[in-house]
Amino acid sequence: MKKILWLGLALFLMASFSLVGCQTGDSDKFKVGVIYIGEPGDAGWTYAHDQGLKAAIKAIGEDKVELVVQQNVKEDQSSSQAMEALINQGCKAIFATSYGYMDYIVDLAAKHPDVYFFHCSGYKTADNLSTYFGKIEQARYLTGITAGLMTKSNKIGYVAAMPIPEVVRGINGFTLGVRSVNQSATVKVVWTNTWYDPQVEKDAAIGLLKDGCDVIAQHQDTAGPQIAAQDAGKYSVGYNSDMKSFAPKANLTSAIWNWEVYYEAAIKSAMDGSFASAQYFEGLDKGVVAATKLNTDIIKDTTIQSKVDAAEAKIKGGYNIFTGPIKDNTGKEVIPAGKSATDTELLSMMYFVEGVDGVIPK
Amino acid sequence: MSGLGIFQDLFSAAVAVGTPILFTAIGEIIAEKSGVQNLGLEGMMYMGAITAFLSGLALTSSGLPSTTALIIVIILAAIVGALVASIHAFLCLSLRANQIVSGLALSILGTGLSYYIGKVFISDPTAIIKTRLTQFTFADAVQIPVVGEILRIFLNQDILVYLAYIMVILVWFYMYKTQKGLDLRAIGENPGAADAVGVNVKLSRYVYVMIGGAFAGIGGSALIISASSVGQWGQGMVAGRGWIAIALVIFARWNPKLVIWGAYLFGVAIALVSRAQVYGWFNNIYILNMVPYVATIVVLMVTFIFSKNKDIGEPEALGKPYDREER
Repeated sequence: MKKILWLGLALFLMASFSLVGCQTGDSDKFKVGVIYIGEPGDAGWTYAHDQGLKAAIKAIGEDKVELVVQQNVKEDQSSSQAMEALINQGCKAIFATSYGYMDYIVDLAAKHPDVYFFHCSGYKTADNLSTYFGKIEQARYLTGITAGLMTKSNKIGYVAAMPIPEVVRGINGFTLGVRSVNQSATVKVVWTNTWYDPQVEKDAAIGLLKDGCDVIAQHQDTAGPQIAAQDAGKYSVGYNSDMKSFAPKANLTSAIWNWEVYYEAAIKSAMDGSFASAQYFEGLDKGVVAATKLNTDIIKDTTIQSKVDAAEAKIKGGYNIFTGPIKDNTGKEVIPAGKSATDTELLSMMYFVEGVDGVIPK
Repeated sequence: MSGLGIFQDLFSAAVAVGTPILFTAIGEIIAEKSGVQNLGLEGMMYMGAITAFLSGLALTSSGLPSTTALIIVIILAAIVGALVASIHAFLCLSLRANQIVSGLALSILGTGLSYYIGKVFISDPTAIIKTRLTQFTFADAVQIPVVGEILRIFLNQDILVYLAYIMVILVWFYMYKTQKGLDLRAIGENPGAADAVGVNVKLSRYVYVMIGGAFAGIGGSALIISASSVGQWGQGMVAGRGWIAIALVIFARWNPKLVIWGAYLFGVAIALVSRAQVYGWFNNIYILNMVPYVATIVVLMVTFIFSKNKDIGEPEALGKPYDREER
């Protein structure tokens, strides 16, 4: 009797799996697949990508494009299976939003020459594989200008997430912005080693505020540092999305991602076949990153906005914010006068520039 | 800042961030003392947090006085915590399921369910509770220089912190100074004997497991509405505090008087993450983040080494289902 039950169960499972495989949906829409490292609900990285893809599809037309999502895909062999599943469902363009998918996506691109692949933050390309990333440090440079002009104690606090090049580059970009307008200000860095822990991140900001910092910047996805600054009657600079609504009395401006700028063009290129393999690493000039307009409820001095606008125009005109002479915070020259950091150097940056009060844990 | 100022800042932050863990750990002590281990604390904290978040959003903007609204929020979180714990009680006490498996399942269920409920609010930056509990002080009356400053660590906090002090005393008093408390300890040590003298073991265990859940619910609500919190919902926000609370119970040898210091020790470890870097004491974040867990292991080791064969306080019948018929 038990054997028959097991057999029945096995047959039922097989039948249900094969039925799942049959779902193909309506085929007249162009199918775009994406694999996410997390869930869009993480309010940060994945959320920004999800919003970008949705906005891009809305702009192209929801009747023309359909998005197929795989969440919580690990950076191992299972990512390959996740992408295969998307291709089996008819996706002709695949976006992968985390660095560790790189080698799997390279293999798949060779195996499926008729599918276009787009890999965020990687460096390997192929005829049908492009990479893309954004220079958020340029937006941070602009927010740094605001912070440098608004600080009175000349001590700015920075609640930093993980000690990786992306975060380090952001801190450096921000500090260069601060120092471009205020040579005597320093940026004090405190690490939390978290992407999302409101209490820990708020507490880190409280520590900085107690130490005399009067502007707080951050890299994590919570509003903790913004709230801490508001509670203390000080200022804050946001990240990821416009954080003004969290702390309207503290938030001066935010450095934000606009992935839809890239996604719209990328999806269109896959739809009409105009795709050309490229390494997209753009900033303010393409609009993929931006600094939000200054909070005029706090900043009455209109010259600050015009200084930010002037710097924005300069960067859009081709100015590299990492142009020498730049020293690291131990006094060693890292970029000589007249030279600028290349994209490769930027992507592996693991030192703090002069003006940062902090260390990168090893 | 002066040395005393730094000391005061570090420890008052420790008391504030240790409080959610303290509530949860007290609740677990009550449940475990009755003989039921509940590893679902993380899930119950999540459910308490999402309840506090949703009810807080609705109530703080409803026109109710903010203190009243926030007290209702705390009560609702406690009720939801108790309801979630009742699942564990039903599985373990009525169906005699394995307590460890049921507890782990509860943890996953509570986490997942709260994520599901909270999903829509993550994409909404306006979803933040703007009026949270505020700190108020009793320490101003004391004008003695250093003593006043030290008192301020404990007496310049929000209402949840004060509630936690009261709960520690109440629970201790109940467990060790009342007849009901004696019964509670008896059903955890020797349910057969307790049954023989007329204590309803199953009913009592149900009640204590649910009270434990209520405490975890309050602990979760503290992560949303306390003065040290942000008022924002986010996945991953409980960040293992429920698991730390489980370790704390052993650390405190099932004694509510000791658990308060354990919770604040963890608070110090959390507060140190930024203070150590700000004041230049130590700046390796990897090691700083390990401190609470290394501390747990060290304290557990010390507890067991020094107690040798002596009783460390673990209830004799912990984790064992009780059945009259099998005596």
